[in-house]
Amino acid sequence: MYSRWVAAWGIDMKHRTPFLLFIVALLMVAQPRPSLASEITVDLSDPIVKITAGFSGTDLLIFGVAPGEGDVVIVVRGPNRSEVVRKKEQIAGVWVNRRQMVLENVPSVYMMASNRALEDFLPGGVAYIHQIGVENIQMNPTKEYADVEDWEEFRHALIRNKEKQNLYKWKPGNLVFQGNRLFRTKIHFPANLTVGTFGIDTYLIKKGEMVAFETTLLNVRKFGLEAEVYNFAHRHSFAYGVLAILVAGLAGWLANAAFRKA
Amino acid sequence: MQIYLPIAEMSVNVFLLLGLGGGVGFLSGLFGVGGGFLMTPLLFFIGIPSPVAVATEANQIVASSVSGVLAHFRRGNVDVKMGTVLLIGGVLGSTFGVWLFTYLKDLGQIDLVIKLSYVVFLSIIGALMLVESVRAMQKRKKAVKSKAHYHNWLHGLPFKMRFRKSRLYISAILPVAIGFFVGLLAAIMGVGGGFVMVPAMIYLLGMPTSVVVGTSLFQIIFVTANVTILQAVNNQTVDVVLALVLMIGGVIGAQFGAKFGSRMHGEHLRGLLALIVLGVCAKLTYDLVSVPADVFSLGGSVGH
Repeated sequence: MYSRWVAAWGIDMKHRTPFLLFIVALLMVAQPRPSLASEITVDLSDPIVKITAGFSGTDLLIFGVAPGEGDVVIVVRGPNRSEVVRKKEQIAGVWVNRRQMVLENVPSVYMMASNRALEDFLPGGVAYIHQIGVENIQMNPTKEYADVEDWEEFRHALIRNKEKQNLYKWKPGNLVFQGNRLFRTKIHFPANLTVGTFGIDTYLIKKGEMVAFETTLLNVRKFGLEAEVYNFAHRHSFAYGVLAILVAGLAGWLANAAFRKA
Repeated sequence: MQIYLPIAEMSVNVFLLLGLGGGVGFLSGLFGVGGGFLMTPLLFFIGIPSPVAVATEANQIVASSVSGVLAHFRRGNVDVKMGTVLLIGGVLGSTFGVWLFTYLKDLGQIDLVIKLSYVVFLSIIGALMLVESVRAMQKRKKAVKSKAHYHNWLHGLPFKMRFRKSRLYISAILPVAIGFFVGLLAAIMGVGGGFVMVPAMIYLLGMPTSVVVGTSLFQIIFVTANVTILQAVNNQTVDVVLALVLMIGGVIGAQFGAKFGSRMHGEHLRGLLALIVLGVCAKLTYDLVSVPADVFSLGGSVGH
């Protein structure tokens, strides 16, 4: 029946295979992917982290409903950047920066939450593909440093320093289930947070496979006076400098005037 | 109470900053020094990135110098002509200094250069002050005779100018050169440079001590103003929020310091300041030579 139908459309039987593939592709697009039949619902206590004058870090509550049973991993990634890593060596008794390396695709922030230790439920291959776990972040040297042999050492150092700044963090078990579908976790952001759009990826893992996935965006922005000072300093830096001097001059004059009378 | 510094991009306890500003202000009121050379290293110690500390401190010094120079103007202790000549050198030196600063920052060596400069200058100044105050304590009552100024090869240089207030007729080259050097220090170390300028004015130029401090403050205002603008334009490292908090603490501290200082012997004061300077110097030296906790460090993001 198929061949007759094809013949009716004037398609040569020799070209049947590509046409078949086309039909199959159409069917696949039309049908929902079976493995991701239902999505994870994820929400945040606040979709915007506001850095204001009193900002000293904040807690973000991430909660959601899993479509089925399994383990949940949440990864919060700050905007990717290129980072300079330097290595000190001792010269005449003084520690001096001697070598440097620039790594690209470095997330400014990388925080992870999971309901139990990753190695208990997440196969290495899946973790690698989705860059789950700091060791799987695919940061690489830029072209000019591509042939540095010990670049991995710089990579480890970057991760270590980011951990020390509390910008890379993970702790298994910091995500809790209430019932077997409802989950929540609290992630602490330190004050030295960088601004930008953060991606919060939630993965549902079942029997060693990723069965559902959801991305939520988080906006980290400076607000109020802090934002204005920062933007002014970067966009109109000359005027900012002049204003800084005027403020200082005025403060000096006021101080002199105030204490002369007293 | 934490305060978020918009340029340093970190959160610091506001009372710690006020305390630092007040403490250094107290010392500067007590000893009659600018305080930049103490404040900038203290800002390093509490974790402010050194480029931000240096540029912001330049901004704060504008305030303390304006406040100080007004009193000297009233007493007629400012040689504006000499100040202007020093300033020409100062603007050139500080402009070159900020350029050098930016260059070294890109190389990743600015931290080292700033700290080495501090170690060198603090150790020299601390040692000199200590020796002098110990000597002064030994022979307190002996009057020290000093010439107003003496003639040497420096007086044979061309471009002679008359400075009426300082009662000098000397070549302009020397004050321009001194101004240049101090301007360079101001840009790289985040200081006013009074601790170099004042001795240079007395011993190299032979200016009368009565006009030295006022004239030094007069030119410091403009040199640090120049540094503030250039740092703001080139490096965006001037944090006005930090500067303001330090100014508030500094102004209040300086008033108490000045009152307290009038009750103490000059040589005791100088000996005490020398010990503080040497202490800061020792801490900086230790940080440079001790094995770092991590030989790797992050140099910040590029091209964002």
